[in-house]
Amino acid sequence: MSPALEIQLIAVLVAVACALPGCFLVLRRMSMMSDAITHTLLLGIVLAFLATHSLTSPFLIVGAASVGLLTVWMAEALQHSRRVSEDSAIGLTFPLLFSIAIVLITRYADSVHLDADAVLLGELAFAPFDRMIVGGADIGPRAAWSMGCVLLLNLAALSLFFKELKLTTFDPVLAALMGFAPVWLHYGLMAAVSITAVAAFQAVGSILVVAFMIGPPASAYLLTDDLRRMVVLSALIGGLNAVAGYWMAAWLDVSIAGSIAVMTGLSFLGVFILSPSRGLLSVVRRRARQRMEYRERIVLIHLHHHEGSGTEAQESGIDSIHRHLGWPRPLAEAVLRRLEERGRIRIEGGVAKPADADRPEGGE
Amino acid sequence: MSALSLFHDYTFQVVALGAALLGMTSGLIGSFAVLRRESLLGDVVSHAALPGIAAVFLMTGTKDTVWLLVGALCSGLAATGFILGVVRYSRIRFDTALALGMSVFFGLGLVLLTYVQKIPNSNQAGLQRFIFGQAAILLKGDILVIAVTGAVLLALTLLFWKELKLLSFDPEFARSLGLPTRALNVLLSAMTVAAIIAGLQTVGVILMSAMLVAPAVAARQWTNRLGVMVGLASLFGAVSGVAGTLASSAAAKLPAGPAIVVAADVIVLVSLAFGRARESRGRRGRAADRVSRA
Repeated sequence: MSPALEIQLIAVLVAVACALPGCFLVLRRMSMMSDAITHTLLLGIVLAFLATHSLTSPFLIVGAASVGLLTVWMAEALQHSRRVSEDSAIGLTFPLLFSIAIVLITRYADSVHLDADAVLLGELAFAPFDRMIVGGADIGPRAAWSMGCVLLLNLAALSLFFKELKLTTFDPVLAALMGFAPVWLHYGLMAAVSITAVAAFQAVGSILVVAFMIGPPASAYLLTDDLRRMVVLSALIGGLNAVAGYWMAAWLDVSIAGSIAVMTGLSFLGVFILSPSRGLLSVVRRRARQRMEYRERIVLIHLHHHEGSGTEAQESGIDSIHRHLGWPRPLAEAVLRRLEERGRIRIEGGVAKPADADRPEGGE
Repeated sequence: MSALSLFHDYTFQVVALGAALLGMTSGLIGSFAVLRRESLLGDVVSHAALPGIAAVFLMTGTKDTVWLLVGALCSGLAATGFILGVVRYSRIRFDTALALGMSVFFGLGLVLLTYVQKIPNSNQAGLQRFIFGQAAILLKGDILVIAVTGAVLLALTLLFWKELKLLSFDPEFARSLGLPTRALNVLLSAMTVAAIIAGLQTVGVILMSAMLVAPAVAARQWTNRLGVMVGLASLFGAVSGVAGTLASSAAAKLPAGPAIVVAADVIVLVSLAFGRARESRGRRGRAADRVSRA
């Protein structure tokens, strides 16, 4: 495989592996937890490195995943003290663990190649240089293998616990009543997020893992109401972002991970504006239509109210009604015209009257 | 060098003064962010500043702090606008919009930075310092930026005190009174962005968010009055700024940014342990908590 293909393969693997747990983060309103975890896994990596003095040992993953869980636990403990709100709890926890990591790096690991930049920013272009050698044979880039394993792990966990995850996500109280253990599923999900983030950070950097985890599910969330479809769509959108991002990076000769994040943003923006049921355009159109329907109703109520009264000519006159409604004149005229076109009112001698068919049944 | 003689050291004076001013400003603004449950906006805005910094450098080639900060301010505001717009016009919730805005803007910043790097003769050294912050190389000009920003923010807070207070505790009531809540929201967000951007180069992107949250959370434990909380938060911010720089100067290889954050978190711990103000949330709040915890 050429390096270009290998990079795209890794990018797609990262994107799909991240999108799976990401769906549940978005639905459970825990998106910012991914940000916290991706920052604090630096501490896990530092601690494991100080213990083993190796940057490739599996303890790195164990260490980082444990610190990920520690982050979640600390934030929740703070929150459950009821003296700190959820967002503040997250905002207190991860900078502290991150600071400890930076201090440890500066003091004890300065001489080796373990700097915060590398962890936070990552570089996909270097991924093909790190080969997986088994028995002397080169079987591909290491990142592809590790991401592939994580993807399989996530897929297995998702298909095994799909029903449970769905229930605890949408109705945690019912899930608890039915004897499921939301807490274990919660920490299981957080472990999946941590492990995925650890595997992905070397390729794309820990900050952009957040884009991979949250971006595609956010887009998919605007396209469907079905959880299964949302998971599949997120994986698909993530994969497309990865390939499109790679080609943009190749064309402009810039950071690949950054360019995939930009693609993630652009694809979200497209969905946000154009989504048929939940896009900006349809929301704006729907709100405008509701506003118009409301105005028509107000006019009809007004006409019914004053019909046959002594002041009807004033109150319902097409030249004066806008003053009584407190509307600008063109608006009142437009609403009257719309109502007349549909036969809901008739205009007699400059006075608007509700059409007979529009009279409420069994009226006054 | 003993702690006492440190106070006569010029570099230390400059850095400590900058950190103290920054702590005061972020305590002031952070109080509102914490009360409005927007603590994480700090983290987001400080990441989102990157494309602005890179774009200004790309277009003008300047490394003048003030212009880079203007760029950071613009992209920080753009990200905030993006987040508020997404929440307003779709069913995407605040946390998701925050995470998305942060990572996409940061990615764009990375793209621009790598683009800058390949332009011949462009020496982008110094841009990195915005990402991770280096209090040790604070200059007098930087202090001036922090001081001016802090003064303007303080003046704005005092000017709109009543409105901001109402907005933080009961936005619905504020709207029913006819206050321009949307304009006030934008004002408060802009103030938050300005406070963050001013502190970026002292403590860096990631740690700036802690400076916004920690002093305010600590202050909240001691009082139920907004005025006292803002005052205490500023005090705690200033104290952690000075304590962090002091520790960083006294011990070798101890970067100032993390030291300031750890100092602030120590204050939080003490406040959580001994603070007397109880959140009087009533039974409804506690019952809701139990349900959401289940």
